[in-house]
Amino acid sequence: MERFLESLVIGLGNGSIIALIALGFVVIYKSTQVVSFAQPALMVTGGFLVSVFAVGQGWTFALAVGVAMVLTALVGLVIERLAMRPMVGKPPFVAAIVTIGVDIIVRAIVNRQIGAFLRPVGDPWGLDTWELGVVTVQQRFVWMIGVTAVAVAVTFAFFKFSRIGLAMRATAFDQEVALAQGISVGFVFALSWAIAGALAALAGAFVGTGNGIDQSTFIVAFKALPAIIIGGLDSLEGAVIGGLTVGVVESLVATYQADLLPFLGGNFAGASPYLVMLVFLMFKPYGLFGTPEIERV
Amino acid sequence: MSAQTPTRGSEPDARASGGGPAMLERPLSRDPHPGTPQARLAGRPELYTAYRQDMALLNTPAKRWAVIALVVVAALAAVVLPEDWLSLFAVTFPVAIGAIGLNLVTGYAGQVSLGHAFFIGVGAFTGAVVGSVTTDPALISLGITQLPVWLMAAGLVAALMGGLVAPLALRLRGLYLAIVTLGLVFIGEYVFGQWKAVTGGSGVGRSAAEPHLFGFDFSETGEVFGVMVTANQRLYLLTLALLVVFAIVARNIARSDLGRAFSAVRDRDIAAEVIGVDLTRTKILAFVISSFFAGVAGALYYSVLGVIEPGSFNLLMSVRYLAMVLIGGVATISGSIMGAIFLQTLGRFSREIVEFLDFLPDFLTFSPELMESILAGLLLIVFLIAEPRGLFGIWLRIRNYWKGWPFSY
Repeated sequence: MERFLESLVIGLGNGSIIALIALGFVVIYKSTQVVSFAQPALMVTGGFLVSVFAVGQGWTFALAVGVAMVLTALVGLVIERLAMRPMVGKPPFVAAIVTIGVDIIVRAIVNRQIGAFLRPVGDPWGLDTWELGVVTVQQRFVWMIGVTAVAVAVTFAFFKFSRIGLAMRATAFDQEVALAQGISVGFVFALSWAIAGALAALAGAFVGTGNGIDQSTFIVAFKALPAIIIGGLDSLEGAVIGGLTVGVVESLVATYQADLLPFLGGNFAGASPYLVMLVFLMFKPYGLFGTPEIERV
Repeated sequence: MSAQTPTRGSEPDARASGGGPAMLERPLSRDPHPGTPQARLAGRPELYTAYRQDMALLNTPAKRWAVIALVVVAALAAVVLPEDWLSLFAVTFPVAIGAIGLNLVTGYAGQVSLGHAFFIGVGAFTGAVVGSVTTDPALISLGITQLPVWLMAAGLVAALMGGLVAPLALRLRGLYLAIVTLGLVFIGEYVFGQWKAVTGGSGVGRSAAEPHLFGFDFSETGEVFGVMVTANQRLYLLTLALLVVFAIVARNIARSDLGRAFSAVRDRDIAAEVIGVDLTRTKILAFVISSFFAGVAGALYYSVLGVIEPGSFNLLMSVRYLAMVLIGGVATISGSIMGAIFLQTLGRFSREIVEFLDFLPDFLTFSPELMESILAGLLLIVFLIAEPRGLFGIWLRIRNYWKGWPFSY
């Protein structure tokens, strides 16, 4: 039982990272109808900036994360302005391919700065643990879950209660109608990239806790794709639930697969989210909360 | 493949392209003498008097001569080119076959696939299992080094995998499909990394298939009919010949009824279904044929290279192939080849660019590999924004400029 609970906490912690990135995917998708494959690059950028400020400059971790979030949001703005704005009106697939190009470029530049070794992000937790009853959990996972819960709540409240959030929901509903109501759709596009950038930077900071970030850290961000498929491409709640599901599935598989299904080998946990995704698509192609595609003939 | 034989698919397509003759009382025929081959009017080589002429493989005299000249020049280049360029092109031509395969499914049939690296990998390892000679007892290898045997085996196994994945495309469209095929790459990476008896395991790899044909070794330097032919020259000519064969096959698929069904599905799948295109069959065939090309390309590429590393079939490889298709030209065979050559030779130029940019501060200098991926990403974006038709589109513009000269505006 302890083993299960510990595995669950790890899964929820890692899942909250994935949920943050998935939330960014969905925010961009809802307002611009583009699946952004550039989220991995934004996440790595965020993690790298935290490392620069917290380790290189010696700032406190929270301040470093805050500044990194702002700067990564700016990177998101620049990407939107330079690469995505010209793609307005083009097929969404083409725009998605452009984000792949963006991802390759940004990641190459950031990886060059990261260098060949693990780079610590200067988090205060390291691998320290807390004893919660019979269960030993790493502090960082508890913090991940808590901070993600706050970030998700803030994001949801922003969409639900603020005027700009209302404008963004209107744009997601129908761009032309929103435009006719006096909403600046271009501003909404820019803002959604900025939000996605900030969320990705937060995720990047958490990914680096414990060990640090290196050139292959970006792989984590791709797990947000199964998450948004499970939750539904255009559902904020779905992104969070999907992200947590992916994290928990991966963690449980990592814990139990070696005993139960040893013939599957060492890295099965890494592939398991994608298998879950395939199974999901067979039965619920539009995810748990996604809107089924309705087409006019 | 079965694509060249006009089977039952020809009937709905004729209706799709002919403007619905069934609805008219008197069917309009463009061909005044249906069924008889048309003689071309003297001095009017581009006046088509039959649909068949318009759809011909080489439908203009210029195309006919240019293609023949291009193939001859490429073959003669084997004598002229230095060894390093020969070996570069010998790996580029198989990549071009793979790019053609991706273009069939993504460009012609419009089914976005980010899983091409997986099929390339399946082909590479099938080729290795069938056609490699190894002393390592832990590895499976049949040792049938005859090139046609392992090449076909690689294509067929990859096609089978494509057929297994295709049902997903029946349920999903566009971006959903892209994400799923991306998942395929990750699952493939896991399988390739674990299945040590076939792949040698991640970081280790195994030897690839040997390019032998009836006792003739393409990867060996030696005399042929008294002429000294180096290994690179042999591999260059072998891969060039196979590229020409597969390009013609692909071109024939594209201009056949199946190819037009692909385009109909790409442009609007519901409309295609309404006019009688069998969606299930078309989508599955698109994946099967594309995967066949990928399998052949994978087996051939690694046969030229010699060793396979299971970690190389990753997302980056898929993206590279997609970039070739998009930079070269969507839904064009020649564009796929141009894109493949362009991206494969990019590594050369990126090295020179890195040397040229040496004066920059240290944190802005990149290794040639990183510079290559930056350039590839940059070109991908620039082409999609500025010239969505790719290199082929640039060629079209140049051609039309001179065709319309002096009234080219």
